[in-house]
Formats: sequence, C-alpha cells, structure tokens
Amino acid sequence: MIKKALFIILFLLFILKSHDCYAQSISSAELINNAKDYNGNTVVYKGEVIGDIMLRGEYAWINVNDGKNAIGIWIKKELIKNILYTGSYEAKGDLVEIAGKFNRSCVEHGGDLDIHAQSITKINSGSKIFHSVNKKEINLMLGLSGIIIAVFLSRLITKRFK
Amino acid sequence: MILKPQLKDIKLIAYYLGKVTIGLGFTMFVPFIMGLIFFKEINPALDFLVSAEIALLCGLILTWVCATDRELNWMQGMVVVASSWLVAMVLSAIPLILSGHYKSFLDSCFETMSGFTTTGLTLVQDLDHLSYSHNLWRHLGPFIGGQGIIIIALALFVKGSSGSFKMYVGEARDEKILPNVIHTARFIWLISIVYLIIGTFVLGIVGVLIGLKPQNAFFHGACVFMAGFDTAGFAPQSQNILYYHSLIFEIVTILFMVVGSLNFNLHYQLWRGNRKEVWKNIETRTLLLSVMLMFFIVAIGLKKLGVYSNGMILFRKGFFQLVSGHTTTGYMTIYAQQFIKEWGDLALVGIILAMALGGCVCSTAGGIKMLRVGIIFKALKQDIKRLALPEHAIITQKFHHMKTVFLEDGQARAVLLITMSYITIYVLGALIGVWCGYPVLNSLFESTSAAANVGLSCGITDTSMPAILKVTYIIQMWAGRLEFMSVFALFGFLVAIFKGK
Repeated sequence: MIKKALFIILFLLFILKSHDCYAQSISSAELINNAKDYNGNTVVYKGEVIGDIMLRGEYAWINVNDGKNAIGIWIKKELIKNILYTGSYEAKGDLVEIAGKFNRSCVEHGGDLDIHAQSITKINSGSKIFHSVNKKEINLMLGLSGIIIAVFLSRLITKRFK
Repeated sequence: MILKPQLKDIKLIAYYLGKVTIGLGFTMFVPFIMGLIFFKEINPALDFLVSAEIALLCGLILTWVCATDRELNWMQGMVVVASSWLVAMVLSAIPLILSGHYKSFLDSCFETMSGFTTTGLTLVQDLDHLSYSHNLWRHLGPFIGGQGIIIIALALFVKGSSGSFKMYVGEARDEKILPNVIHTARFIWLISIVYLIIGTFVLGIVGVLIGLKPQNAFFHGACVFMAGFDTAGFAPQSQNILYYHSLIFEIVTILFMVVGSLNFNLHYQLWRGNRKEVWKNIETRTLLLSVMLMFFIVAIGLKKLGVYSNGMILFRKGFFQLVSGHTTTGYMTIYAQQFIKEWGDLALVGIILAMALGGCVCSTAGGIKMLRVGIIFKALKQDIKRLALPEHAIITQKFHHMKTVFLEDGQARAVLLITMSYITIYVLGALIGVWCGYPVLNSLFESTSAAANVGLSCGITDTSMPAILKVTYIIQMWAGRLEFMSVFALFGFLVAIFKGK
C-alpha cells in the first residue's frame, strides 16, 4: 500500500516537474505562439547563431534562428567562447542547442521575449559560404551592354541625320 | 462621350516614363558599386548591373522612340506618376528575384512596392543570410519612394516645365515648399541626405556601443535610418528592431520615426529658425493629441489583460508599437504573432486606429493624415457652431498650417473625399482578407497596415498567403501612397483607351 502511494506521489511529481522543464527542443513558432504556457520554464531551443554577438559586460546577446524565427539569447560571455561562425551572407552560423529560462516578457530586458541561457551546446560548426561567380549572368550582362551601346549609337546617328 | 487618347498622348506618357526608368536605372548603380567595392559581393553586384542595364535599355528605347517636346496636361501627368510606380516596382524586383531569397516574382514585386511606398511589409526568405547589397537595395527603396520616385526624376533630369508640377502633385505632394517645384524637389532631397548622414552616424555610434561590429553598426545605422526616417519599417535582420535588444536604439529609432512623419514644409520652417511653427501648426497639435489618445486606448487594453508585468514595460512595448503604427513606420519590438495572441482586441483597435490616421501630409508617412483629421474636426466644430448660433450669424473657422487659413466648404469636402477613400480601401482589403479565410480583426489590421503604408503585421503577410491577397495589398500600398488621384486617372485613361471614341 505504502509502495503504491509512494509510486503515485513520485509519478505526480514527475508530471508536475516535467511541465517546468522540456528536454526536447521546442521550435520558435511553438514558443512564440504559446508564450504564456512556456513563460518562466526551462526550455531547450535549437538553431543557427545569426548576426552579431553583442557583448554587454559579463553577458552577451546572441540571436538564434531555427529557420522560422530568431530568438534573443541572454548568455554569459564565457559560454560563447566556442562560437566561431555567425550566420550572414558570407557564412553559415554555428548550430547550437540552448537550455535556459524562457521569458514571454522579460522583466530584466524591457519586456523582450527571450531565453536566459544556462547552457549551450554546439551541435554543428558553421562554415564560410563560397559563392561561385554566376557565368550565365556575366554573359547576360555583356549581351545587354552590347545592346545598350547599339541603341545609344543608333540614337546619336538618327539625331545627327535629323 | 469619352475621348479615346491619341497615339501622341500615349507617346508623351511613355517618354516621361522612359525618363523615370533611366533615373531608376542609375540608382541601381549605388548597390552595384557598394557591393563591388565595399562588400566584395560579386554575384549580388552582377544582379544589380544586369537590372540597371535592363532599366536603362527600357528607358533609352522609350525616350528615343517616343521623343517629344510637348508638355504634359493634368491627366497625362497623373498617368505618368501612377504608371511610373508600377514600372519601378517591376524593374526593381529583378535584382531581388535574382538574389534567390524570394519564392516568386510576385513576392519580389510585393517587396519593392512595399519598399517604395514606405510600407515595410516583407516576403523575403531567410533575411539573415541576405547579402549587404540586396539589403541595401531593400532600404534604398523607401528612401527613393519616400521622397518620391518622380521627385528624383524632377531633381535630376527635368530642367523646368509646367509638366513637372503636375507630376509632383500626382505623387501626393500638393504643398510646394519653395516657389519652384524643381527647387522644392531638390530641397526635399537635400533635407533627406543631410538627415541620412546625421542618422547613420548617430545610429552607427549607438550600434558600436551596444556591441555590433563597426562595419555592421554603420550599415545597420544607414538601413534603419532610411527605413525609419522614411517611415518604412524594413530592417536588415529578421527580428526587426528586437534584434538589437537595446533601449537606446529604440529611443533613437522613435525619434527618427517621428521626424520622418513630419511635414517637409515644417522641416523647412525649422531650418529657417521658425520653431514656433511646430507648436502652432494644426498637424503637429493633432498628431500629439492623437498619439496620446491612441496610447491611452492601447495602454488600457494591455493593462486590462495584464500583458506586461509593470508600467515601464507596458510603456516601452506599447508606446514603441503605437508610435511605429501612428507614424506609419512599422518597426516592431515584438513578434507579429504576439499582437494577436497576447495584445487583445482593445489594444489592437488602438493600433489599427493609429495606423489608419497616419502621419503628416507632405511627409513620407501614409494614412489619412493629421492635417485632414484636424480639418475634419474644425469643420465639425464649425457645423456645431452653426446649429448653436442664430441663423444670420456669420461663422468662420480658421486654423494654422504654415500660415493662418480660413476653412472653406470646398476644402472640407475634398478632405472628406480622400478620408472616405482611405476608409473604403481599408474595409475592402479587410473583406478580401476575410474572404481568404482570415479572422475579421486580423484582416482589418493587415489591410489598414498595407493601405496606410505602415508595415506592422499580425502574421498574415507571409509568402504562403494567397496570391490574390498579395495583389490586393500591392494595390492598396500603391493607391494609399499616391492618395488615389493618380490611380483613378490611370484607370480612367485605360478605360478611355478601350472604350473611348
């Protein structure tokens, strides 16, 4: 009887606790659309680090995009040492997994929807993106240049004859 | 009987259209040169070179085949303006579609119309990986369109003709700042470029202070200034202003949004040292009152639902979104979905009303505009006085707008006509949104945002929305920016071509 009661209590505690902490990563759309439900809970969020890393004293802001939206992550400076690439035209940013407290309207940061990171894991390293020159477009550009010169000269000649 | 336009009329319109197209082609050299020299982006630079060549070629052919010395009449001037904006939309969309960040040519046309009309609704994909050059072009759009596509052509290519005034008026600028319309156009560009330099510098410094890399700080500064001062609301990153996580950045942005929504004539008065005009002018007074009233509505709505935990946060989030909506900028420090999911109906109604009313006339702002709102209230006051006072009493109503003006019935009627046109277009767009399956309030929000050239979104504007809604918003942005007259003239001209005798 005692064992059964203990099992039920532990089971209930597990359910209640599991509501506060999400082991599987949650998408940005899910977090934004159901911000009230996740507010104050520890969440796991995965995505590409994009843009600049903005250092603010002992902390920093990084923005992490999961393909749908980007969310601001408030993180200790020492935790981001491993981040080498951030997403831009020139580079694919590091893919990271953040575990931290989700805030629907962060009191510390003027009401921003953000995550205060407790840990960060680099899943995949980013890299430079090599953009090969588009040869078709070069040919098109040269062709158009030729036509423009021809039209321009024709205009001049017609004007002179008039 | 409708008279069918003759071939010479069409050639005259095409000639001026050609001039505008050449002007547009030259502006594409800005991102081309910047891309090649500063950003070292070869492919994006090529996109702009090819697009510039297409624009120049179209312009050269039109001005060659349709060359004429004739002057434009009112109808033709209006048709040139309305069609110039459509041609500019299509040509400017070419480099964007070449970037590979748009799902269709319609999406890139939507983006350029949104930029030129200083709306700021966006359909770009993966903005965070867009090249500097293409991003610069997205922000140059509002800078060109805000001042006026025609204004650029007038300032650079037109030496002076009566046709220039007709085109100037057709672009929804009925106020001349200086006696000569070409000088007015050049003054508007002078103001804008001086502010651009100051704005880029200030936002650049703030950017460095909040932790952006110096190159990015000044690039973002220029982009955010162009889209803020021109009340467009585009930003270089997908999170819009939320990306910066900075109160100082938000305050400076609010300042530029307000400055951009003020009448260029008022800027001229300030440049001349006439500071009293700011406080005496009916527009600034109406704007101040309206912002206070709308913020009151938004604040009550947010407070009632307990959306924000304290007053400071409520003010920071509520006031930023409100000013952004009222100045018709469209910058956001919340996610689009939060409007619907969290803000509640009352706060949304406050924002919709603010967007519908808009900024000042002869500025880059959209919406009904403060001068008209002020005049409507003055006319209402006059009518109430008429009822209250004896029949033989002579009632006059005056207001101050650069000078003291006596309100006339004709003026009040014209103002009401444009106001009614705006309300009609807001409602029509909302109806199409509802027809496409979106809720009423969401549809009204997005429709008002498009037609008033605001750019705030509650989530409808997305690449997955139906094509008919994209086309509806494009027409709303275009008609709203040109304040209807040129658009009506173009439709009239097309009807005359097909049905005239």
